[in-house]
Amino acid sequence: MSVLGIHRKLEENAGLLIFGILIVSSIGGLVQVLPSIFQDELVSPSVETQPYGALALVGRDIYIREGCSTCHSQQVRPLLAEVKRYGPFSSAGESAYDRPFLWGSKRTGPDLHRVGAKYSDAWQRVHLIDPRSVVPKSIMPAYPWLAEKPADPRNTIQTRMRRLQILGHPYTEEQIANAPERVAGKTELDAIVAYLAVLGEAAGLAEGMVH
Amino acid sequence: MPDSNVYNDRVVTVLVVLSLVWAIAGMAAGVFIAAELVWPTIDLGQEWLSYGRVRTLHTNGVIFGFGVSALMATAFYSVQRTCHVTLFAPRLAWFCCIAWNLVVLTGGISFLAGWTSGKEYAELEWPFDIGITIVWLAFAVVFFGTIANRKVKPIYVSNWFYGALIIVIAMLHVVNSLAIPISIDKSYSLFAGAQDAIVQWWYGHNAVGFLLTGGFLGMLYYFLPKQADRPIWSYRLSIVAFWAFTYSYIWAGPHHLHYNAIPEWVQSLGVVMSIILLAPSWATMVNGVMTVAGAWEKLKTDPALKFIVLALAFYGLATFEGPMLSIKSVNVVSHFTDWTVGHVHSGALGWNAMITFGTFYFLVPRLVGAELYSIRLANIHFWLALAGTMLYILSMWGAGVSQGLLWLSLDELGELSYGFRDIMASMAPYYALRFVAGAVFLTGAVLMFYNFIKTMENRTTVTRRIPEVKTANVVAEVAA
Repeated sequence: MSVLGIHRKLEENAGLLIFGILIVSSIGGLVQVLPSIFQDELVSPSVETQPYGALALVGRDIYIREGCSTCHSQQVRPLLAEVKRYGPFSSAGESAYDRPFLWGSKRTGPDLHRVGAKYSDAWQRVHLIDPRSVVPKSIMPAYPWLAEKPADPRNTIQTRMRRLQILGHPYTEEQIANAPERVAGKTELDAIVAYLAVLGEAAGLAEGMVH
Repeated sequence: MPDSNVYNDRVVTVLVVLSLVWAIAGMAAGVFIAAELVWPTIDLGQEWLSYGRVRTLHTNGVIFGFGVSALMATAFYSVQRTCHVTLFAPRLAWFCCIAWNLVVLTGGISFLAGWTSGKEYAELEWPFDIGITIVWLAFAVVFFGTIANRKVKPIYVSNWFYGALIIVIAMLHVVNSLAIPISIDKSYSLFAGAQDAIVQWWYGHNAVGFLLTGGFLGMLYYFLPKQADRPIWSYRLSIVAFWAFTYSYIWAGPHHLHYNAIPEWVQSLGVVMSIILLAPSWATMVNGVMTVAGAWEKLKTDPALKFIVLALAFYGLATFEGPMLSIKSVNVVSHFTDWTVGHVHSGALGWNAMITFGTFYFLVPRLVGAELYSIRLANIHFWLALAGTMLYILSMWGAGVSQGLLWLSLDELGELSYGFRDIMASMAPYYALRFVAGAVFLTGAVLMFYNFIKTMENRTTVTRRIPEVKTANVVAEVAA
């Protein structure tokens, strides 16, 4: 039977056609994506990588909520110019506790994967509330509401940590028990600044190391 | 009880109107965020007008509101005609129409409230993800049910593409959305870090592949031959192109993660398959162009065909640029820059929006039983759409190539030549031009909307009876 003849069968049988599409479109995913999901090295934390502390975790969720990753990447590529500009290039292990990953696809603003080592908390606070007061030509939105809102008004921090625990984040019972205390009385601004401050820690950078 | 001897076009009409509303709303959101990048204070310090939130409304509004409503409308319209049978489960088709648009509308509002999963083009949180899954299943039942009832034995090529859209998007959506809920508005992805990245771009690239490319190729394969009044040039080419497309697209996702922390072999495979993808993409373009060849005369007078042919040209451009951008040495410059944004819009404006506009200029007069109100307005729309798209692409090429090269530039001592802030500040003219481009394109779409409203004012009741099938093709005859 000719190839066209075989294809005729597919064209005349809806079930076969559906089956054919399913098989043909699955191969790529099975060969390329599925092995990655079972490749543990990809999500084995590097030595310095710790699960986010309670306040930083709340801050990260605010970072996601405000869509920061639509303009800021968190992925320093292994290129000379990038390493000079931002710091050590990113490794897979650093993102082991990132759900979702926040590597981003666009740098309208600079990469933030090493930003914790670059700016002080005080600078971040001023910059988030009024970016143009410190970077005159900045086109970043201002986030005045962050300073006014409590970090975790619905008191879900323990739920968040417990769910992440199920997914394998090694939080201790003590950390979870102390979590509400750590976010109590904090604003969203405190939380997001706490998150930004830990970006780069996993690469072994302390505050003030990158300029 | 609906008459089984007439085509069910009311649900198609409503979907077309909803798609048009989304086109205007989604593009307006796009123009607004483009303005925010020029005048960052126009959000007035309001969180729900903040760039990071409205940008998600823009992308989801145009892809899932405008795009998917148009795909559902045209799939329902063409599957009936190519199968010579009325829509299967018409109530379920109405459910698809209403429920889908409710999901996108409430989901869009939820973005402004700050609900997001943070995964690009899959930002809707888990309650909406469940909603999407249910509607998509209903879409599959209506579509494949209609095919199962068909009176013509061969399944026409447009239906293969719509079928692939339904099947593959279901697979991608379910896997990529797997998450553990924390509360109604928040969940954590089941995948972490590098694995999440690989799964996300397997989804993200193929949402482009099977929705914005495959789904709209279904539209092309039905409405281009219809409007040109000629059969598809090569049936064999359409077979080869379809299976090559379905096989190779799915591998290309990792080119979104070049030089990122994922395995080298995954990136390399992504490049190879992205380049191979050029073949089926251009095979389809050649098939389309050759189908129109011989009907060039119609281009002078027929705005619908003009849009569809222009869409084909931009399809060719975007599917050439895509593989080029996937090559690592090009990607090293283009990645993270506005070049990517320009590339996306040469596809989204030039291909998806144009072919949809062309199809709607074909459909609306037929659906409402009235002549198009103004061909002149449609022609003005055509030139505005073309100018807007070109201006958009050129401004983003300018911005993207500058960013890419300036970021990487080192002086003779091996130090960075330019600070990030200076490079960012130099983008202002390009961003202003992009805002103008978007506004021009949107203006064209508004003219089309007005044109259709005036057309609908003269509507008459239309019932289209299903024609008899030529005996050679009748299922029952062959079986007997």
